[in-house]
Amino acid sequence: MEKELRKEEPRLMKGNEALAEAAIRANIDAYFGYPITPQSEVIEYLMREVPNRKDKKTVVLQAESEVASINMVYGAAGAGARVMTSSSSPGISLMQEGISYIASAQLPCLIVNVVRGGPGLGTIQPSQGDYFQATKGGGHGDYHLIVLAPASVQEMADFVFDAFRLAEKYRNPAMILADGALGQMMEKVVLPPDGGLPKTPAPWATTGKTKDRNHNIITSLFIQPEEMEKVNLQLQKKYEDMQSEVRWEEFQTEDAEVLLVAFGLSARICQKVVDLAREKGIKVGLLRPITLYPFPYKRIAELSEKVEFILDVEMNAGQMVEDVRLAVEGKVPVYFKGRMGGMISTPEEILREVESILEKQNVLHD
Amino acid sequence: MNEKLLLEDGTELEQVFCRPDTLTDVPYHYCPGCGHSVVHNVLMEVVDELDIQDKTIGVAPVGCSVFAYHYMNIDMQEAAHGRASAVATGIKRVLPDKLVFSYQGDGDLAAIGTAETIHTVNRGENILIVFINNGIYGMTGGQMAPTTLPGMVTSTSPYGRDVHMAGYPLKITDLIAQLPGAYYVTRQSVHNPNAVRKLKKAVTKAFEYQMQNKGTCFIEVVSNCPSGWKMTPVETIKYLEEVMFPYYPLGDLKVPKE
Ligand SMILES: Cc1ncc(C[n+]2csc(CCOP(=O)(O)OP(=O)(O)O)c2C)c(N)n1
Ligand code: SF4
Repeated sequence: MEKELRKEEPRLMKGNEALAEAAIRANIDAYFGYPITPQSEVIEYLMREVPNRKDKKTVVLQAESEVASINMVYGAAGAGARVMTSSSSPGISLMQEGISYIASAQLPCLIVNVVRGGPGLGTIQPSQGDYFQATKGGGHGDYHLIVLAPASVQEMADFVFDAFRLAEKYRNPAMILADGALGQMMEKVVLPPDGGLPKTPAPWATTGKTKDRNHNIITSLFIQPEEMEKVNLQLQKKYEDMQSEVRWEEFQTEDAEVLLVAFGLSARICQKVVDLAREKGIKVGLLRPITLYPFPYKRIAELSEKVEFILDVEMNAGQMVEDVRLAVEGKVPVYFKGRMGGMISTPEEILREVESILEKQNVLHD
Repeated sequence: MNEKLLLEDGTELEQVFCRPDTLTDVPYHYCPGCGHSVVHNVLMEVVDELDIQDKTIGVAPVGCSVFAYHYMNIDMQEAAHGRASAVATGIKRVLPDKLVFSYQGDGDLAAIGTAETIHTVNRGENILIVFINNGIYGMTGGQMAPTTLPGMVTSTSPYGRDVHMAGYPLKITDLIAQLPGAYYVTRQSVHNPNAVRKLKKAVTKAFEYQMQNKGTCFIEVVSNCPSGWKMTPVETIKYLEEVMFPYYPLGDLKVPKE
């Protein structure tokens, strides 16, 4: 991408802070949010840093709630601003009303969910328990977010640019879905270039009706069923077009007999599993979806033709595994390995799971 | 305005009044005698007179005035139920040079949106909040609102509002006036031409204060809902005068110390 422009030295940063710094460099016009662990460093960083950037006129506002934050995002996005919010699971639940409205009104914005264990107040430890909510709508009605799942602090920063690019291209809210560990851990990061994301014109925005155009209206109300259906169909068409943006990464899948599928931090752990397994002579490969919506159904379907089974690894009770099974369509067995409540499977645990499935399969073959 | 009109018989007339360009040529959907349409007219006449059509951005509520954006010929955003002042905050913060107002009913502003309303005013957001208090949920068929008076019959208080069960009518405007972020808080009505003129003055002042970055201006309009109240429009005027105004007295609650 902009790698050639990156002349800066790598820095050691927390995921949340790298994301916040990337947002400043993406020239966001506004950030609205409400503190919640494990992502409060995003607003803290912005509050601290933005006043020191002479050339930036970024609005950073601590709202009274997540409900208010997301509606401020709606207002600002409708006014044509590049705007974002961030939160963690319970806060994102409160935002669902607003997210549904933003999706319907077709406004671009970035919503960051640094996921913690749930349901309910849950725990502040990392989790991937919000996959369903992020990828299947979450709020009411037929809609989707563009969902990007980083697996490193580097990607926490990079995906801010990607998310805005996609959100503005499709006039659709985008979400960065990262588990709590990615927000909290420190890693080396080379930051994206300041101002490296050109502004997208927004002639539809409410910036004040001028003589040369009709008044602009931002709404999600289409009271006539015929009209509402038209809007719904248009949204579905947009989601179809978005399928071309699907992104994933593969590790050692060329000769794999066992395929691991995992996103985010789970995928980082599974990379280690691939190495450990191969040391033992088990040919394991890994597919890591980068966009959770759109989802790499096609590629998983192709790979399922070549492997004996698939093991889906997540930090939840098994959510993405449903999409993996949809992709595989029963051609090979799809197993699931997950831990919840802020617990994370170790590479050894996952490898044991692979081995025990292999044993069971061999018994069946005998 | 002030154009010459030539009639078929050759008579020349001076046009002294016409629909301002700030109102679209779309018929209102409001029930006959409803206050919403009058308040719309007043707002847009002021926008027209101050020549701020290109600078004004409105936020419409969920409620009977949900389609306000069809009638007001200015850029507008439709907000979720109760969230209008948060949406207005978002707009104003990124477009501080524009004039932003929200238009909300009592269910919208004083029930589901109480938190957003209080905090918006408490931050002193430099916007105008227009609050139509008709004491009822008009759009959903006449249910009890926070502002419904004691004993008032609605579809969810069929034996009259029992304050021991349903609590007391919320004088949210009085609460708002206490907040340091509130610059100008007034309670007006549109039940007769004199009241309409007063409302117009209040709206004009509010926009002028916003141009001077003074803080939140809050205008309550005690209004009527003939359909929800199950009364003729004329009866609603009497009810306003005899029952509503004593509880919600008209006049300024907070005026700038000049
Ligand atoms: C979240 C949500 N809850 C409930 C509703 C249903 N609803 C629509 S309008 C309304 C009441 C509006 O009353 P008010 O704000 O007093 O305005 P009026 O119609 O009287 O002008 C309600 C409860 C909704 N649209 N959204
Ligand atoms: S229901 Fe009431 S508030 Fe709604 S348009 Fe009719 S009279 Fe007006």
